[in-house]
Amino acid sequence: MRFSRFLQGVKAELPLLVGVAPFGMIYGVLAIQAGIIKIQAQAMSSIIFAGSSQIVFTQLVLESAPGLVIVVAVLVVNLRHALYSAWMAPYLQRLSRGWKLLLAYLLTDEAYVVSAIHYEKLGYAELHPTFEQEFQHYYLFGAGLALWTTWQVSTAFGLFLGTVIPSSWSLDFTLALTFIALVVPNLRDRAGVITAVSAGVVAVLATNLPYKVGLVIAVVIGVVAGMLMEKGSAEK
Amino acid sequence: MNLWLVMILAGVGTYLIRLSSILLVGHKEFPPTLKKALKYIPTAVLSAIILPELLMKDSQLYLSIWNPRLLAGVLAILTAWRTRNVVLTILAGMLALWAITWLMSVMH
Repeated sequence: MRFSRFLQGVKAELPLLVGVAPFGMIYGVLAIQAGIIKIQAQAMSSIIFAGSSQIVFTQLVLESAPGLVIVVAVLVVNLRHALYSAWMAPYLQRLSRGWKLLLAYLLTDEAYVVSAIHYEKLGYAELHPTFEQEFQHYYLFGAGLALWTTWQVSTAFGLFLGTVIPSSWSLDFTLALTFIALVVPNLRDRAGVITAVSAGVVAVLATNLPYKVGLVIAVVIGVVAGMLMEKGSAEK
Repeated sequence: MNLWLVMILAGVGTYLIRLSSILLVGHKEFPPTLKKALKYIPTAVLSAIILPELLMKDSQLYLSIWNPRLLAGVLAILTAWRTRNVVLTILAGMLALWAITWLMSVMH
């Protein structure tokens, strides 16, 4: 029962891994090109374990941003995980502390998405009373562990590629391209587009500010612009 | 700051964000304003990284149709918009960048 629930989670995660593996490799390549040593780059995939923020990390190292700015940037990128935590909390409420600590570590975008779909399908009222007896937490565990393993292996593969591929191939451009692939399909409404354009333009204008604080300013302005736009169109 | 220390601080912070509600309480709704702000953060951060990558070279604005990264980036944006496919977008952008740089080196 435990194991079949675990496998169920792994299986649900598989289609997403097709996208995660190249992403992990790109992170590995970019980390090498930013001059981060291999052991640190590999360790980062376990210590931070959040794709986009790790790529932002390498970019800021490349631009020799101060440590504090890097930490703030990573945390800002990962703030959305607070929403996943809040969503999962009621389901995981009665698990032991050990399980909570473990599952929180594995709560990435991709593990959250498939598990939330699974839990929602069964329904909170239905699921909650027998969550533990039915080993439902093994579903999230399976999805999370499958993602974790893929992330570590693809990082290692990318670190290897990064040392083999010459820098004249301009593979650093995959950073912008990956982010384009993540952002553009999500620009569903005008507020999203305004967020993207204003954050991007402010970032360009503020590039030469000291300590790379331009990034933080750009994000704040982008978020505020998007929210104002949403509010404006809601009132019409 | 030592790179290990930066990494560990960022990692611990990320973990605490993921742990927050799970460890503290069961039911707790975020204020709607905060929820909305969180929704826009990923788009804002990623765009704030993309645009300078396309429009700048050596910290200078490089607004020209001869800017290979700008051209390849626009093509990638169109690809992402039409296909919503990560791998295709990256392939299209890289191939365009290589082709444009090669063409320019031949023409000069």
